[in-house]
Amino acid sequence: MSVIDVKTEITGSVWKILLKAGDPVEEDEPIIILESMKMEIPVSSPESGIISELLVKQDETVIEGSIVARVEV
Amino acid sequence: MSRVLVANRGEIARRIIKACHGLGYQAVAIYSEVDAQLAHVREADHSIEIGPAPAKESYLNIQAILDAAIKMDCDFLHPGYGFLSENAEFAEEVIKAGIRWIGPRPETIKTMGDKDRARSIVAAVGVPIVPGSKRLEPGMVKRTLEAARDIGLPLLVKASAGGGGIGMRRVDSINDVEEIIEATQVMAENVFGDKAVFLEKFIPKSRHVEIQIFGFEDGSCIHIFERECSLQRRFQKVIEESPAPDIPPETLVQMFEAAVAICRETKYVGAGTVEFIFDPSTNEFFFLELNTRIQVEHPVTEMITGLDLVGMQIECAAGTGHVITQSSVSRFGAAIECRLYAESPNKMFMPSPGVLERFQLPDENASIRIDSGYQQGDTLTHFYDPMIAKLIFSGETREEARHTAIDALSKIEVDGVQTNCDFLISCLCHKDYAEGNIHTTFVQENLETLTKTPNIT
Repeated sequence: MSVIDVKTEITGSVWKILLKAGDPVEEDEPIIILESMKMEIPVSSPESGIISELLVKQDETVIEGSIVARVEV
Repeated sequence: MSRVLVANRGEIARRIIKACHGLGYQAVAIYSEVDAQLAHVREADHSIEIGPAPAKESYLNIQAILDAAIKMDCDFLHPGYGFLSENAEFAEEVIKAGIRWIGPRPETIKTMGDKDRARSIVAAVGVPIVPGSKRLEPGMVKRTLEAARDIGLPLLVKASAGGGGIGMRRVDSINDVEEIIEATQVMAENVFGDKAVFLEKFIPKSRHVEIQIFGFEDGSCIHIFERECSLQRRFQKVIEESPAPDIPPETLVQMFEAAVAICRETKYVGAGTVEFIFDPSTNEFFFLELNTRIQVEHPVTEMITGLDLVGMQIECAAGTGHVITQSSVSRFGAAIECRLYAESPNKMFMPSPGVLERFQLPDENASIRIDSGYQQGDTLTHFYDPMIAKLIFSGETREEARHTAIDALSKIEVDGVQTNCDFLISCLCHKDYAEGNIHTTFVQENLETLTKTPNIT
């Protein structure tokens, strides 16, 4: 079993948190939705697994390239 | 000297400040803590910080803006577009505070913001509406299927609480109706906290054509021609123009009359826009919505008529304006507006916040107008929309305006953020665009061609 980092490709504010640590997640399923320049941008898990850590809080600003969650696959 | 609180930011704030100064009014700018350096703050006669960067704590913060207007002793408030411009509660609070609201009456804003009510008022004056259903709550399976059959396919499932194209799904087969509606309801609850959806007929290759209207205090109202706004990405406009190419003159007249009838029925005061879906295959048009504010693309109308729509809004609110009669409004030539966005067209138009390290725009002249809220060195933050500038081009003909646009856009230099500049040029150079053969899925259908390096023709 390995843990992968889920990163954001864009700077934005955390608009919605859809899943929490411990939740199962499918490949391409959104974990959070960011808001950047009035566009809602989902940040999805690249693989199926279990979310081991959620590293962001509601309304927090996340910078391009930063890790938003870790998934055990 | 009367004072206007400009309750917005960026280019529209600058546009309103210019109109205020043109009429001898003082303008008061508001700004969030990240916007202090922007041009609209410098150009206003006075300015006041209203809160932190997130819009809900600043430009959407009703109390903070009201406090600013009162503190700065403002007589008027102009909301611009977006933010609180179509918030009836805000308009009411402004009026209650003894400040004149530059816009239509709060009742009109409220009525037109309620899709079901707006549709029934419009249908009552005999204007066709897009066939669609009322709000459908989860569990209304029978009613939903009946509505889908009545409307006919293809159709769109939209989240009732949605907007800006978010949560919109297309249905092509009656067998898929239930499944897509359920998926949309789940999404709508997740995103908007409201499961309700509604159905609307999808008209393939349709166009988005809107009519500028203006209502006066004496009850009279006029149309100020149409704007063609079919070129969209992510259901948002990218290029707008007037006149709309290839609409039969008699259909256009019917659209003008329909818009004025709606304006009259709602006793509309001030500037507004009636949006229609136009089906070029049948020349039918259907009411979509009435926007109770100044539109982003208002300069298109100003360029071809010589009118100052924002100035007219202020004078209308002040009661100092002259009633303009329909016969005194005329237009000349053609105008095309291109919206320069900070985004990556080849990454599904993903926004591109950052610092405008280099920002060179073409010079303005009689046929080039530029409305921008930014200058070189400014930051485009992720908190606000990605529009960097509006460039409006005019000519004696559409073709002349198109060439001026291509030439001017080719001179734009931006570093620090990605822009859609090449994409705009590719759209303008596309054979179908050049021939006026455009529709709301033009960008989607030609995405591959439009996101390559433009081949200027």
